[in-house]
Amino acid sequence: MKSSVIIFPGSNCDRDMDVALRKFGFKNQMVWHNDSEIPKSDLIVLPGGFSYGDYLRCGSIAGKSRIIKSVIDFANSGGLVLGICNGFQILTETGLLPGILQQNKYLNFICKNVFVKIKNKENKYFKNIKKEVLELHIAHNEGNYFCSKDELKLIEDNSQIAVTYCDQKGNDDEANNPNGALKNIAGIFNKDKNILGMMPHPERMIDPFLSGEDGSIFFENLIGS
Amino acid sequence: MVEVNEKIAIEHGLKKEEFKKICDLLKRTPNITELGIFSAMWNEHCSYKSSRLHLKKLHTKGDQVIQGPGENAGVVDIEDNDAIVFKIESHNHPSFIEPYQGAATGVGGIMRDVFTMGARPIANLNSIHFGSPDHEKTRNLLRGVVKGIGGYGNCIGVPTIAGQTCFDESYNGNILVNAMTLGLVNKNKIFYSKAAGINKPVIYVGSKTGRDGIHGASMASAIFDDKIEEKKPTVQVGDPFTEKLLLEACLELMAGKSIISIQDMGAAGLTSSSIEMASKGNLGIEIDLTKVPCREEKMTPYEIMLSESQERMLIVLEKGKEGEAKKIFDKWNLDFAVIGKTTDSKKIELFFKNEKVAEIPIDFLAESAPMYDRKWIKAKLPKENKFTKDQFKSLKLSDCLKKVLVDPNIVDKEWIWDQYDHTVMGDTIQKPGGNAGVVRVHGTNKAVAAAVDSSATYCHAHPLTGGKQVVCESWRNMISVGAKPIAITNCLNFGNPEKERNMGEFVECVEGITEASKYLDYPVVSGNVSFYNETKDKGIKPTPSIGGIGLLSDYKKMMTMELKNEGNYLFVVGKTEGHLDQSIFARNILFEFNGPPPEINLFNEKQNGMSILNLKKENLIETCHDVSLGGILTAVSKMSIKGNKGVKLFSIDGLVNKFEYFFGEDQGRYIIEIKPDNLEKVEKMLKKDSIHFDKLGIIESNQITYGNDLKISIDDIKEGYKNWLKKYMVN
Repeated sequence: MKSSVIIFPGSNCDRDMDVALRKFGFKNQMVWHNDSEIPKSDLIVLPGGFSYGDYLRCGSIAGKSRIIKSVIDFANSGGLVLGICNGFQILTETGLLPGILQQNKYLNFICKNVFVKIKNKENKYFKNIKKEVLELHIAHNEGNYFCSKDELKLIEDNSQIAVTYCDQKGNDDEANNPNGALKNIAGIFNKDKNILGMMPHPERMIDPFLSGEDGSIFFENLIGS
Repeated sequence: MVEVNEKIAIEHGLKKEEFKKICDLLKRTPNITELGIFSAMWNEHCSYKSSRLHLKKLHTKGDQVIQGPGENAGVVDIEDNDAIVFKIESHNHPSFIEPYQGAATGVGGIMRDVFTMGARPIANLNSIHFGSPDHEKTRNLLRGVVKGIGGYGNCIGVPTIAGQTCFDESYNGNILVNAMTLGLVNKNKIFYSKAAGINKPVIYVGSKTGRDGIHGASMASAIFDDKIEEKKPTVQVGDPFTEKLLLEACLELMAGKSIISIQDMGAAGLTSSSIEMASKGNLGIEIDLTKVPCREEKMTPYEIMLSESQERMLIVLEKGKEGEAKKIFDKWNLDFAVIGKTTDSKKIELFFKNEKVAEIPIDFLAESAPMYDRKWIKAKLPKENKFTKDQFKSLKLSDCLKKVLVDPNIVDKEWIWDQYDHTVMGDTIQKPGGNAGVVRVHGTNKAVAAAVDSSATYCHAHPLTGGKQVVCESWRNMISVGAKPIAITNCLNFGNPEKERNMGEFVECVEGITEASKYLDYPVVSGNVSFYNETKDKGIKPTPSIGGIGLLSDYKKMMTMELKNEGNYLFVVGKTEGHLDQSIFARNILFEFNGPPPEINLFNEKQNGMSILNLKKENLIETCHDVSLGGILTAVSKMSIKGNKGVKLFSIDGLVNKFEYFFGEDQGRYIIEIKPDNLEKVEKMLKKDSIHFDKLGIIESNQITYGNDLKISIDDIKEGYKNWLKKYMVN
């Protein structure tokens, strides 16, 4: 499987994502934000970081960058597009995913392990994962997902919620909501489920000596799908 | 133009005699730009005029040292052509005035020091000290500083892997913010600040120059009074996004061969960076200030030279490589300007709008800078307290433990490090909250451990012992994760050097640091000095912060501090004499604040530490934690809470009572966890090396017990320890 990781000025999880993708067998290449074309790929990843400093609104400038038109075209033709953290924020800014990511409820940056419950396995991202709950890692200041009532209804009707914050047993209630996200949403799909945006970083959980290994499960499934 | 006279010189922080010396050297009165340059170079922060004499004594040599003090940062060899570049630096004064920006730019500045040398930053650490939790300013300062450190480091994408937070009323009017960075470099590709060759282009890259931070270095060399709020404009404003671009652009340029020397613009900005490069290369430098990219209109030569705008670098390039270099900076959208050249005049010559606006021999600014042998007094070792039986009679172990565990200097600091990205870069294998932070050397089996320590209480009680103690504690932190200690960087935070007592604290702490680092072969390779941490005549306790690093040749052999398995035994390695003076127990339970700090025995320190590494080498230890503040019972509690396992403590025998044994802060001790199968081997090895050890207990259940004297559940002690800081911050 061929993948492309887009580097925006201010991206800082690009290398981590590259390391993870290669570890699980992807032929990965790095693509500069100022390029206009993306080399032939099966998967495009928008990595975490602070694209363009996130000085306006997280992801908003990246959402208007030169490369982004190719990302949108690729996504609209059914290609797999994965946005992690800042990548998720960028995807909402482009309109490829509904809703927005606001500042965390308690106004602090949060860096810690969390559990997420897989809500939909009818897609390439989670298809053959046996577990119902994954332990992943979050590191963000703006991960508080929000959308309008109408949008939420559409999202729910189309089973677009991908993962929700929960405890080890899968209880995705308010007590297990680290950032105030609506319905504990940690990640969502587009209607066709080829685009996934999520706040947790699977690329930081690919080694027993790091925070954990559930990220490995995510990538192993993705390369096999 | 302003007429320069003695009054103006004094307003620039110069002393009357210093101004006279400047006029004598120049054989004329300097103009205002020149005066600004002198004041920036001759202030305490840049010239080290009170400390230089004593810093020379530091132990700075060792087999692994590639670069000692004097460069942007120190460099040590970690084998296979890899080297670690590291340094700690203070940003105290700005952080008190403007906590967010002060702390943020402290982090930015120290990272620039490291990548200036060609290293990619791989870890950040910090040591922060605040006033009493009851003080009205503490909460907001803490919040601002933590947000500032996080705001900068998180954005750049360098993990913050360890740190230290202390509270003491002596910091009520002067908080301390010390930031440390480690970078990884190929030892054959290190960049230095020494310029070489004449007629080489001098390049300015990075952010534009604004009016922020003018005289920042002078502010850092003065004591505070009632008008500190007026100094806000001297605090720089950080832009981590630009720094991230600058980092990537510099590393890209460094991959080629066009750089002769490079220096970041830190304190005193363009002034100190240009003079330092020329001075080290024994050259002159000519700059056309009209060519400096400016953010604001009508900036004068004086302002351009003294601005401390962040995220800027000065580079001396090989001639003809300007185009190649410009291409890289254009790609990263950064300013790039050829602003001057190196000369053989040995002078700094500044031009503005075709007019010469300053001309000063470099020597006058560097070598002729004042150096003072300030008067100091030696501290006496305080008399030991004799505690009576009555003082312990009504005490219960469980009450004491609960009280000690919620001392703000002991409590869990998760509220702080949760706000720092500590896992980005994918190599953090020991997170904050352990003995030390550990990051892998990317793509290898090696890992580097790092920690920051200070113990102002001990240094205050007896500076010489305190100085030794901090180095030893740092050494112990390295040993406790299984790393071989390599070298240290020191940030020396003190009061007013013009006061004999403060100067004495400095001199004796440096002496203590030197003695310990020499004995332990743990050399000082970089650092900085921050004097004048004083507000309205009240100075801080002497606070040398020591940042240590260590090497694990196989990261899989790293040790952690949480208890692992029931049925395993705990030993205390090192002798417990029950030293309570200056301990947390003495302060919080006995209300005794005097007495000497615990004694440092360097011979035992080294022996005990090496024995732990030897045991680990034979795979005989499951867990290790050094015993520090709060003594054995505090250490055991932290290990229990982290591992969620209880301990049955064995009865102690000997001359000390149970409070002295469990809360004494004797030095050079570790608690280790051993499997029953390995007990005999461990005892044999320790006895062979004549290492004192006590059998402390066995891991079982979910409570800590000591005969009938103590029975307390993990949940019971966890509550206060884990939540104190969170609760404090929301109130």
